[in-house]
Formats: sequence, C-alpha cells, structure tokens
Amino acid sequence: MTSAVATTSRFGTPQVLLGLSIAILVIVVAVPVLLIFVNAFWVDGHFNVADVIKVLREKDTYQALLNSLILASGVTVTGTVVGTFFAWLVTRTDLPLKGAMKVLFLVPFMLPSFIGALAWKMLLSPRSGYINRFFIEVLGFDGPVFDIYTYAGIIAVETMYLFPFVFIQVAGALERMDPTLEESARISGADLFTITRKITIPLVLPSILSGALLIMLYSMAHFGTVAVLGIEAGIYNIPTLIYEKIHQSAGSFNSIRTGTVLATVLVITAAFILWLQNRVLARGRYQIIAGKSFRPTEVKLRGLRMPMLAFCLAYIGFTIVLPTATIFMVGGLKTYGLPFAAENFTWENYRYILFEWDLTRDAIWNSISLGFAAAVITMFAGVIISYVIVKMKVRGKGVLEFLGMLPFSVPGSVIALGVILAWSGKYGVNLYNTVWIILVAYIARYMAFSLKANSAALEQVHDSLVEAARASGATMWQALRDVVLPLVRPGMLAAFFLIFLPALRELTVSVLLYGPTTRTIGVAIYTLNEDGETVYSAALAGIALIIIIVGESVIKRLFKGAAGRKG
Amino acid sequence: MAYLSLSQVTKRFGAVTAVDRLDLDIAEGECVAMLGPSGCGKTTTLRMVAGFEDLDDGEIRAGDKLLSSRRKNYYLPPERRNFGMVFQAFAVWPHLSVFDNIAFPLRVRRLPRAEIEARTAEALAHTNLTAAAKGSPDDLSGGGKQRVALARALAIRPDVMLLDEPLSSLDPHFREEMRFEIKDLQRRFGFAILYVTHDQAEAMALSDRLLVMREGVVQQVGTPLEVYRAPANRFVFEFIGLSSFLPAALGAGAMRVGGEHARWPASAPPPPELVAAGAAVLAARPTEIEFVAEGGLRGAVARKAFLGETIDYRIAVGDVEVRVQKSRHVAGPAVGESCALAFPRARWYPQD
Repeated sequence: MTSAVATTSRFGTPQVLLGLSIAILVIVVAVPVLLIFVNAFWVDGHFNVADVIKVLREKDTYQALLNSLILASGVTVTGTVVGTFFAWLVTRTDLPLKGAMKVLFLVPFMLPSFIGALAWKMLLSPRSGYINRFFIEVLGFDGPVFDIYTYAGIIAVETMYLFPFVFIQVAGALERMDPTLEESARISGADLFTITRKITIPLVLPSILSGALLIMLYSMAHFGTVAVLGIEAGIYNIPTLIYEKIHQSAGSFNSIRTGTVLATVLVITAAFILWLQNRVLARGRYQIIAGKSFRPTEVKLRGLRMPMLAFCLAYIGFTIVLPTATIFMVGGLKTYGLPFAAENFTWENYRYILFEWDLTRDAIWNSISLGFAAAVITMFAGVIISYVIVKMKVRGKGVLEFLGMLPFSVPGSVIALGVILAWSGKYGVNLYNTVWIILVAYIARYMAFSLKANSAALEQVHDSLVEAARASGATMWQALRDVVLPLVRPGMLAAFFLIFLPALRELTVSVLLYGPTTRTIGVAIYTLNEDGETVYSAALAGIALIIIIVGESVIKRLFKGAAGRKG
Repeated sequence: MAYLSLSQVTKRFGAVTAVDRLDLDIAEGECVAMLGPSGCGKTTTLRMVAGFEDLDDGEIRAGDKLLSSRRKNYYLPPERRNFGMVFQAFAVWPHLSVFDNIAFPLRVRRLPRAEIEARTAEALAHTNLTAAAKGSPDDLSGGGKQRVALARALAIRPDVMLLDEPLSSLDPHFREEMRFEIKDLQRRFGFAILYVTHDQAEAMALSDRLLVMREGVVQQVGTPLEVYRAPANRFVFEFIGLSSFLPAALGAGAMRVGGEHARWPASAPPPPELVAAGAAVLAARPTEIEFVAEGGLRGAVARKAFLGETIDYRIAVGDVEVRVQKSRHVAGPAVGESCALAFPRARWYPQD
C-alpha cells in the first residue's frame, strides 16, 4: 500500500469526471423526462395503464395525435420532394448561379418558422390577410384565394422552413458521390433519365430518407407554426395541446396528466424516428465517396435553364423575401390593416419597443442573457461529458452514453413539461416563474448540440497526441490543458454558437415556462400577436430577424477566418 | 485497318491546353497504352473517346462511324458509342448485386431475358465471379470489384475497351494477376484496348504500342521495346525506366563531368550539333553503366545499397552524383573507394 500513483487510486480523475458527467445529465435531462413517465403512468402510488388509455381516447387528445401525424406526414412528403428537387438542381444541372442558389436555399434554416407563420397570417388569413384582401377588394373575388388557417396552410409554411433538412443531406450526397458511378452507367448504354432512376436516386436514397425522417421529427414536435396558424381553426397538434392544457388550466392535476401522456407519446415517437434514421444511415451507407475525380456530368437544361432559374428565384422570393418584407412593413405600420402606403409608415413602433416598453426590452435582454448563459454552461458541460464518452476507458461509461443520447430524442415541449414537474417546488426547489427554470430547460434542450459538436472535435484528436504529451513528461491535466483543449476549441466554439443562436429565437420551451417578467423574444412576439398587438409583434419580430441575421453573418465570418488561418 | 482513329484532337480547359492536336490510330484487337505523369492529358483523351468531354478541335471516328467532331459540332452521346469502360475507382453500383451490375448494360439495351441471362453468366464465368453473382459487390475485395467492372464492360461485347488506370487502386500483387486476366480476355474476345496509366511497367507489359504524353503533347508512339531502346527525348528517357543524367562539357573527343575529364564513349559519341554547342547531358540507364579499370570517368563510391538481386551505387563524380546498378554477382568497389565509369550505351540530349 505504498503506491502513491494517482491512477491506481479508486477515485482518480476519471471517476470524478464520470461522476460529474452522470450527475449533470441525470439532474438536467433524465430526472425531468423520468418525472413525465412517472406522472403519466403512476397515479396515487399505483401503476396505471387504463387511465393513460382513457386520456388518449378523449376527443381532443386523440385529435391532437392525429393532427400531429397528418401535419408531420404532409410536411415530410412535400419537404422531401422540394428538398430533393432543389438539391438535384443545384448539384447536377447547369443551372446558372448555382453557388448562390445553394446558399439561399439554406437561409430558411436560420429563420424562426413562427415568425414566418406570423408573416403568412398577415398575408393570407382569410379576412384580413393582405393578399386575400387584394384579391377580394381590388380584383373582386368572392372569397379568399387561400386560407392559411388550414392543414394545407400549416403544411405549406412548415415545408418552407423544414425542406433544407433534405436539401442539405441530398446535395451533400450528390456532391460527394463518385461521378464514375453515373458515367459507367452512361457508357453501359443508359440515358440520363434511366441513370437518374436506376443509379442516382437509389444511391442517394439513404440520404433522402434520413433527411425526410429529420423533417418528420421536427414537424411532429413543432410548436410555433401550429400555434400561430392552427389554433384559430381549432387545429391542435401534440405540443400546442400540451401548451393549451398547461397554460389554460394553470397546472391542474388533470391537465398535467394529459400533458404528460401526450409528452410520453411524443418522446416514444421521436425515439422511434431517430432509431429508424440510424438504421437507414447504417444500412444504406454505400461507399460512394469519390476518389480522384472529374466533375460530374451535368444535365443540360437547355431551353429550361432560364425558366428554372426564374422558378428558383420566385421560390426564394415567395418563401423568404416576401414574408421577411411583410414583417418589417407591418412592423412599421401606424395601425394593422392600413394599406402599405408611405403615409401609413412610422419608425415610432420600433423606437417604442426598443427603448420604452419594458415588456419588449426585458424580452430582448432575457433572451440574450439566457442564450449566453445556456451556451457557456452547456459548452463546458458538453466538453467534459464528450471527453468521458469519446476518450476515457472507464467502467460505467455505458450509462453515460445512454444518457448522452437521451437529449437527442426529447422534444422541447417535453423538456419544458419535465422541468415544470421537477422544479416547481414539489422536490424542495421552486424555480417556477423565474428565469432559472428557463435556463435549466435550455441546458437540457441544447445539451445534444453541445455533445455532437464536442464529440466530433474530440474524435479528431488522436489518442497518440495525449500519449506523446504524457511520454514527454506532462501530467494528465497538463496534457488536457496544453494539447486536448487547444485542439477541441473550434468544436467548443461551434457548440457555443449552435446553442446561442437558436436560443435567441426559441419559443417552444419558454412559452411553457415564462412568468410575468421572464418573457423571451419568442414569447413576447407570440403573446403580442395573441393579444392582437400585431404591429408591435411584427416590429419585435423584425428586430429579432436583424439580431439573428447579424449573428449568423458574424459567425460565418468568424469560422471562415479560423478555417482560413488553418489552411 | 485503323479501327479507332483520333485526328488533331484538342482540348482546352481555360488557358490550359490539356490535349494538343493528338493523332492516333488503333487497329482492331490492338492494345495501346497512354502513358504519362498525372495531368498530362491522357485521361482527358480517354474521356473524349468515351464521349464525356467535347472537343475543341479535331475528330474521333470508329471505323467509318463519326463519334465526335468539333467542326461538325457532332457528338454521339457516350451511351450510344458501344464501348466498354473500366474506371480507376471501380464504379460498381453498391445497391445492385454482382449479377445485376453486369446485366445492367444488357437490360438497358432491352435484350431478351434469356440472352441477358446467358451473356451475364458468360461474363461471370470469364471473370471467375460465378460464385459471387448473388452477393453485393461491396463484399468483394478491390480486385473482385474491378473484375465486376470488367465483366460489366465485357457483357456488351464491345469492339473497344477503355481502361482508365484500372489497376492503380489494387494491391500490388493483385495488379500483376489482373494484368494477365485483362490480356487473356483480350485474346479471347479480340477487342481493342485504349489503356491509360502512369505506371510504365504496366504499360509495357500490356500494350502492343505505347503513347507517351507530356503536358498535352505526344512525345513518342511506338512498341514498348522501341520506346525503351530509342527514347525520342530526354523526357521519355527519364519516364521509361531508371535513369542517370550527367551534365557534360564537350571538347574534341573528350568530356568534362563534375570537374573530371574523360574521353567520350567511342560506341556512343555525342551528335555533332551538341559537340558544336560545347555542352550536353549524358543519359544512361544505371544498369548500362560499367565499372572499368582504365580510361573511364573517375569518381568515388558515396553510398552503396543492397537491393536483393542488384546493388545500387551512388558514385560521386566531383559534385555530380551518378546512379549505377550492378548484379550482386559483379564485384564492385566498396564505399569510399575510387572507381572509373564507362558509358557504352550513352545517349545525348541538349542541356536545358
């Protein structure tokens, strides 16, 4: 027992790190989710399935499940078609301005869809939407040309914001694909149409499916668009019904139970979709990556070149420019409903919500400080947990891997509900109506992003680098500090921004957790809209868009700069 | 009769001329290898023959059929040229079975089912793939995948086979085996081969004629022996086989290399125009340089490496290093010893 070497002790650095990582994930993620299951299945100290089934058979619950399914299926189909088509267009044809088009098709990723929904409501709500009014008042139509408060309307708007999931996956696969796979089919005698059908599409099918499943996952758990467009026509999906139950009945036992049952369904569905996606990716990962290569043969659009470009530009104009412009213009109106004419515009709204109105000023400040705090905390926690998962050989790691996967399959509204159950005083700590409860929820919500970015960075750091440092005489801590940390810094930075920016525009989680003084930007926009303050709601949304666009471009510049220095 | 015929074929990528006025005739059943360093235009030439690239000048015909012509702005699409082609990265389709990969070109030609079965089975048998037919090509080794690609190209019974570095993704010991298999299939089916490679041993072993390219310009066309024995210029000499180059100052009957004087080799004197210029490069294969007792170029052994059958010497002649290879059975000087070199088969090229 004379050995004083640290690594032989039973509670060395690895065990401390492991314990810490498990504790973070258990407290922040596992407990809230577990409480949802307990509340759903455990009534008065008894395991109870009959009650769960009874809740599921209530008309509004059952209808919400059905709506989630209808909406998610619809969005998945349209989003996949749109995403695959545009991906093919920008990678495999001689469309002009392909590079610019590719960037533009990814813009919807950074715009919050509930702001888009707000804009479409202003344009296409059956009675007061500007487009519908134009058709009725100016062109003399009998009724609205399109009613956005419908399944079709919701599906259309969600598609605009979710199709990039498929676009990005398929474009990536098409670009990386070895062009000789298609050339060998050509020289075998197949024309381009046959090649597309028999070779190209089957080879990128795993990417198409995996993107489609991501769309489905997001749409299933999506709150904003349905909340803005559906509630008016009585269309609820699972997250909006959870919101309705928790919000309207101020936490009565029955509504909490219904919420937890719905949340359970959502978690199980999400887990199933993710499992399916993993299988698709694992089974379909063909070796189609190019070696040395020529650029792929482009399909010559010939006469269709300019019409296709016009179509793409029209799509972008209609789905990105038009709603964005609408938000800014409505935000500048003296009163909602006035025509867009010079004498009706004013800067007053923007000045008022930025400098005078406490509610909106607080919201901006809350979102920025919450996003920053969540990003910093999650970034550091994420790097520690990823380190244990990726690098350490320590017993009990399997638990951590499971816990680490958990945040990926837990939708925001479920996290929010779990956090309410865990931190509302029932277990000694009451954070309800404070910013802290939102912070805890954000950490749970965004842990997955941090784990992904940090694990990816850590996997690039080969073990031999640490071993070389140890062999040179560095202690474990010195090796971590001087070798590992500098190498994973880009991953940590990526994690920070992957959390900070989405948190700025977040709605789903905070809308379930906000109190009188703890509105976030998203909540403020949403509630102002609900209260009929359409103009202020639009003005705040405009300011949010500016913050987001500035933030995204700063980060693009930052990462480009970092990559440039390396290369 | 020339079966495949390229005349004045030119391709430009921006300001770079990738292929410059290339002429080549390939007879029926002939194997021609295009050889050169990467970026010399050999793959671009092959891709123009296949129809994947348009021409900036010239034309390509097969028999009396026009394939590509810049002047007539006519390009027969690749799928209608009826060539077999094998790519470096195999390009077998992972979502189809081995059988379906090979049957693909027959199916797109809408042949009767029985004929598809028969011809696929034949191609499988010729490439020793019958046992693997039902499986996925992803389960095969690199050599196996390349055999699938070969069988797929064979299935249409092409007149011309285009091979784009088909062996360079394989392990070295597979390469030699596949070389023989390709040659064997060619004998049996009688197709012509246009073969692209940067490996001179492969090119020499396979081809009836070699075409050496550099920066888009043809340097020499000839049988492997002609090209090896009589390289057209210094580039070809250097590219085919090992080489030693010695910068030499020339006087009357004598040369000076690295400060050392010697008579120039009587069996291979420099041409008069180089003597008149007063300077040249002496080129020799390391195995064709002799150690002599008298009258050679004086030097000292700087390094000596045992390579198995041969011994590799680096001889310092003043500040010039000369590489010499001799069989291990020849008693040569030791490291540090002085020696004299003779160049009975020297070739002379102008200095840069």
